[in-house]
Amino acid sequence: MRQRTFISLALIVLLAIVCGWLALSNPTITIGDTVRQVQVHLGLDLQGGLRVLLQADVPEGTTIDPDSLKVARDIIERRVNALGVVEPLIQVQGANRIVVELPGIQNPDEAIKVFGGTGLLEFVDAGSNPPAEGELIATTGPSPTNSCSNVVAQSNPTPTPTIAPTDTISPTNAVTNTNPITSTRVFTTIMTGDCLDAASTGVQFDQQTSQPIIGFGLKGDGVKIFGDFTTANVGKYLAIALDKRIISAPVINSPITGGSGVIQGRFTIPEANNLAVQLKFGSLPIPLRIETTTNIGPTLGQDSINRSLIAGAIGIAIVAFFMIFYYRLPGVLAVIALTIYGFIVFTIYKVGIPGLFDFVTLTLPGIAGFILSLGVAVDGNILIFERMKEELRDGRPMALALEAGFERAWPSIRDSNISTLITSLILLWFGSTFGASIVAGFAITLMIGVFVGLFTSVFVTRTFLRFVLDIFPNIGLWWYGVGSLTRRNKSFAPMGE
Amino acid sequence: MIDFVGKRYLYFLLSLLIIVPGMIATGLHWVQFGTPFALAIDFTGGTNWEIIDIARVPTTDEVRAIYAKYGIRDAVPQPETLEGRQGVLIRSSEVRPEVKEQIAGDLRALLGNFTELRFESAGPSIGTEVSRSAAVAVGLASVAILLFLTYSFRKAPHAFRYGVSAIIAMLHDVLVMLGTASIFSLVLGWQVDALFLTALLTVIGFSVHDTIVVFDRIRENLVRLRGMPFDNVVNHSIMQTLDRSINTSLVVLLTLTALTLFGGVTIQHFVVAMLIGIFSGTYSSIFNAAQILVVWEHGEVGKFFRRLLGRQTQKATA
Repeated sequence: MRQRTFISLALIVLLAIVCGWLALSNPTITIGDTVRQVQVHLGLDLQGGLRVLLQADVPEGTTIDPDSLKVARDIIERRVNALGVVEPLIQVQGANRIVVELPGIQNPDEAIKVFGGTGLLEFVDAGSNPPAEGELIATTGPSPTNSCSNVVAQSNPTPTPTIAPTDTISPTNAVTNTNPITSTRVFTTIMTGDCLDAASTGVQFDQQTSQPIIGFGLKGDGVKIFGDFTTANVGKYLAIALDKRIISAPVINSPITGGSGVIQGRFTIPEANNLAVQLKFGSLPIPLRIETTTNIGPTLGQDSINRSLIAGAIGIAIVAFFMIFYYRLPGVLAVIALTIYGFIVFTIYKVGIPGLFDFVTLTLPGIAGFILSLGVAVDGNILIFERMKEELRDGRPMALALEAGFERAWPSIRDSNISTLITSLILLWFGSTFGASIVAGFAITLMIGVFVGLFTSVFVTRTFLRFVLDIFPNIGLWWYGVGSLTRRNKSFAPMGE
Repeated sequence: MIDFVGKRYLYFLLSLLIIVPGMIATGLHWVQFGTPFALAIDFTGGTNWEIIDIARVPTTDEVRAIYAKYGIRDAVPQPETLEGRQGVLIRSSEVRPEVKEQIAGDLRALLGNFTELRFESAGPSIGTEVSRSAAVAVGLASVAILLFLTYSFRKAPHAFRYGVSAIIAMLHDVLVMLGTASIFSLVLGWQVDALFLTALLTVIGFSVHDTIVVFDRIRENLVRLRGMPFDNVVNHSIMQTLDRSINTSLVVLLTLTALTLFGGVTIQHFVVAMLIGIFSGTYSSIFNAAQILVVWEHGEVGKFFRRLLGRQTQKATA
């Protein structure tokens, strides 16, 4: 018994030291080949940043192919990477949403334009007078006759199945103010990018000149659309526009009826690559609409951190004071256990749980969840100590009262924590389905709190108490928070009036 | 000894004194605005735009004039300060990314070069979905807890009653929170957002957590104190767990109070909602939950209806 207590105590001390070190400092740890900087990951609400929820913009009842959502996610990720944001997060959420989080971004409005664009790739009839590269143009837009996607074909005839402009503003006005259209010419959209076969599109090299060229393949109706147009317009220009901006304006050398062709030009290799990527990934497989936008400036984030730290410190101080004042010696031990609890929890926030997650992003509600979980962790101790006091009042010797207190309080602790776990699991589900990362963050910290709280309030405190009892077997009941030594049998002569 | 069980109807009445005004407020709000309480943009869609370091506070008309140019007619500016820096929060229906920059440009022309503190925008479609699944979440949580409690109390007589009583006590707390949300909407103009839902679900967990501790003691005492009348066992169990219930709630309430007073404005409403909910949860687990078991044991609901409706409906009282 005694030996077991010492082993447990040694393990707890070791754990406390390791977790204390990880929680209080930010070391860089190297295990084998993996180097890991241990640090707290702050959520957007604390460090500032942009969060955008994109939703598939398809008619009600249309089922979305999960793969196309994944492809859309990858395309957005490529666009985001071009922005050079540190630790961006792009995730598919639920059946029809993608969430994009860009911490600490300087210019959120520009960023939205880059990754949130529809990625509408259009091949437009440029006649014999091609627009310049980079020019913004007006087009007739996609319609069932010039696109290959089923989504577009099924939708109602509204010509904007991609980002829907606000009802009250005409798209032309919206564009005029920010990016002036240089001409009033409206180009006819011949074919949209979804008719391109991404698999057979890429950079090749001209066998005679060794110049890079871009080969492309067509699929579905695209073969016919492209064939018909190129046959009728040899020598004219077919411009390619991504989100209404001209990315290339090649001339049609010969009819392309076989479903594949090449774009020749004086490209450098990076230019060719760029164009190929835009052709391949420029167009999203499904139209997305920006559903929610949240941008938190860095000022507000810093303010929230400062306030939360103060509130947290005061909260913990109150809990510690109360526990020591009310439960005396066990209270002191509980506060030490609670400190270890804090170390373990923060270590988990920083390094995660191997195999489950790498870290917990700390958000404002997450901090609230942590502070609330302090209460739940303390509750385990309160249940045990109250039970111990009862046993002591019933006249049991300390050693027995201690064990009985833990044994008897256990069912309550177990059942009540399971019910908290049930609700936090449901919160987690609720939060992750709707991209409400605030709710999910809260649920995760609460869940971690419940598990670690069980460990510290039961195992750690019990080991401490056994240890103290071993060293000081004969200290008075006062130390255990039992007011007087007179035997009061609460069961049959309850106190109070 | 405090008479928890004998005076049960007094405690039920106290609960009603909180719940009924709340429900009246809900009704009033519904009649006036068409929703049970003021809903934030998480549910209705819309935009909250907070900017600071402005040269002066704009008038409502000035802000409206700018927004109206882009077809948004419901903009409401609300001046505020952050550490002495002048700012303004503008609430409106949804500002699409396409027009945001233009509005920003017009605002800069009016108010000087400001800093964006926060821009939150939500489309109208997501709200209904969020509300629907919030209801599903509460429903799921109830069913899961009911099943768990029935299982956990399977050895006690009438295990099912424990689950149902815990759920009723929990619904009490939900009603208290929803009611006070309506009152706060009417009086202070507070809005119910996704964080409120989080608070609600947390309180559900906490309330049941609290109730279980009392029920667990009843389960234990039914074995230990065999032969004692059920009322006495229940009263005794509440008495025994009273210190724990009060102390635990005190710890949580104190930390929440610290968060309310010193935490950021962003989570203040969330913390207040939680404070009210936890308080209600503690009350319901001491004064309502176990008492419902007693009412059930005596079949008092049946007796009440029999008395109320006379003999003809005797069948419907089971």
